Amino acid sequence: MIFTSLLETAWHALTTHRMRSFLTMLGMVIGVAAVILMLAIGQGAQAMVRSSIESMGSNLFIIMSGAVSSGGARVATGDAPSLTFDDADAIRDLPDILASAPVSPGGAQLIYGGVNWNTSVYGTTPDYAVVRNWSMASGSFFSDADVRRGARVAVIGGVVARELFGDEDPVGKIIRIKQAPFEVIGVLASKGQSLDGRDQDDTVLVPISSAQQKIFSNTLRNRARFIMVQAVSEKRMDAAEASINELLRSRHRIGLGQDDDFTVRNLTALAETAASTTRIMSLLLGAIAAISLVVGGIGIMNIMLVSVTERTREIGIRMAIGARRRDVLWQFLIEALTLSLFGCGIGLLFGIGGAWLVERLAGLPVAVTPASVLMAVGVSFLIGVFFGFYPARRAAGLDPIDALRSQ
Amino acid sequence: MTTPGAPLIEVENLEKDYPTGAGVFQALHGVSLRIAEGEFVAIMGASGSGKSTFMNLLGCLDRPTRGSYHLDGQDVGRLSSDQLAALRNREIGFVFQGFNLLPKLTALDNVALPLMYAGMGREARRRQAQAMLERVGLGERSHHTPLQLSGGQQQRVAIARALATRPRIIFADEPTGNLDSETSRQVMDLFSQFNREEGITLVLVTHEADIAAYARRCIRFQDGRVIEDVAQAEVAA
Ligand SMILES: Nc1ncnc2c1ncn2[C@@H]1O[C@H](COP(=O)(O)OP(=O)(O)OP(=O)(O)O)[C@@H](O)[C@H]1O
Ligand SMILES: [Mg+2]
Repeated sequence: MIFTSLLETAWHALTTHRMRSFLTMLGMVIGVAAVILMLAIGQGAQAMVRSSIESMGSNLFIIMSGAVSSGGARVATGDAPSLTFDDADAIRDLPDILASAPVSPGGAQLIYGGVNWNTSVYGTTPDYAVVRNWSMASGSFFSDADVRRGARVAVIGGVVARELFGDEDPVGKIIRIKQAPFEVIGVLASKGQSLDGRDQDDTVLVPISSAQQKIFSNTLRNRARFIMVQAVSEKRMDAAEASINELLRSRHRIGLGQDDDFTVRNLTALAETAASTTRIMSLLLGAIAAISLVVGGIGIMNIMLVSVTERTREIGIRMAIGARRRDVLWQFLIEALTLSLFGCGIGLLFGIGGAWLVERLAGLPVAVTPASVLMAVGVSFLIGVFFGFYPARRAAGLDPIDALRSQ
Repeated sequence: MTTPGAPLIEVENLEKDYPTGAGVFQALHGVSLRIAEGEFVAIMGASGSGKSTFMNLLGCLDRPTRGSYHLDGQDVGRLSSDQLAALRNREIGFVFQGFNLLPKLTALDNVALPLMYAGMGREARRRQAQAMLERVGLGERSHHTPLQLSGGQQQRVAIARALATRPRIIFADEPTGNLDSETSRQVMDLFSQFNREEGITLVLVTHEADIAAYARRCIRFQDGRVIEDVAQAEVAA
């Protein structure tokens, strides 16, 4: 028997029971749409995490002032950070370290003309641009000389530039940070969201010396809340961490058995954890959706079994006029496959449309990949074969004379 | 083709047992007979005498419990189910009392169905099916479904289907059982015509003497045995 005849027969059988075929397909439609949508959301989240990690900078440590108790809570250290600018310089001189920037963070109100804007201000050094892999959209970053002489210069993020200046060019303009005038000398290139969901472009960077004198009015000079460090390579991360610990313990004169007054965190490792968390989440979403696909397959099997029972006489007639067992097997298998693949096709449309709506209406990042579409088609095909085979074999195994006699 | 003189159908001591709740029921007790190519045979007998059982065996729809059946010199008992299907498709046509058309298909598609299983392409088989429908006088009704046809018309569609693959034998089990005498006559005229003009071998079960009168040989069954096998002239007399 020719393949096109099989398709024709299957098509005819399915269109004579439109409602039933439609309802049977609905299970597959919902299953495939759910799988596509869930994978799109999961992969969108993964892509976002990946780009956040890339924007964070690579091979990063953050060294925080103060110890962390075994439970994970910061041990209160009062207002005096234990880390100094000299610590940061000493760390930079370690063999596995590329850059090291002390940071003094805080919030402040910015004013330009009649506009004001609240944002986070980081006092730091030029190494910060290296560590965080910031590049400039316009102007330039401040220099070590600016840090040494406490220059009142600022580098602003894209959001701040837009909020304060609109279409104006910010470079060369004077803004007030907590009343102190600062000259904008550069605008940072955009980075987007960080892993914890903050907008990295909503920020102002100033020399750490100027920040402490003019903005935060710190009493304790030359001290940093944290130091951002970049190691030379991923392979040297462990060695770098060990040497940082050793160096700081000796610089802070911490004896054997005494608690550290600082905490070293491997940010790159934390980011990897976040990435694998989203990966697991998206797998989980996909797995839950896959269950509905299997349920759809069981629906097909159920209807095919009913159909075989109902059409026993038809099968008998077909056998009497020359259908071989394999012709009957193929007939029912192709019917099941047509149901599952048609359902899959419609499900793909709904899934992709749904993903588009989620992106449009909920603003979530989604990614429908060719791999997930191929997988949905492949799985639907397998479901059609798997759940169609048993009913088809039952039909093919009928005895012609018994089938003919049945009502 | 058959070697001259050799029978198309040759059964020897054919027996058929049916398993029932109360043990085995033997429906055929050692039936032996021969039918030559081109014969027109009527099978008669009381209800339950084993006529349909015998026809199903001859038609390769069922297998005998004991005994041998040679069709065109081939030992049917040795054939696989696929080979039997091919035999039913190419050498044998069936006409049933209840027509047994597929209700959702048009007359044309019903007649084309055996050609599909013979591996013929869509256009070719539709052309051949249309020609066959014209031969049974239903060329105008090819796009009607069985429900839109009268009983006699349905049986003519069934005859067209049985003849579609140009088989050598037609087995008809009470083909006029559901028809009135006028339509019965039309159906029987068709059968006679194909037997006379194309030399198609016809084996037909009937309860009615006037239907059996169309045949040139009449075999009578009783309790699973052949009790009479006579030429048509003697029946008519
Ligand atoms: N599948 C079966 N299982 C058990 N017994 C059966 C089966 N088919 C037929 N029989 C029995 O075999 C005997 C012969 O049946 P068969 O159908 O061949 O009779 P028939 O001559 O065609 O009768 P009718 O003229 O009523 O059609 C009957 O007694 C019937 O009860
Ligand atoms: Mg009968």
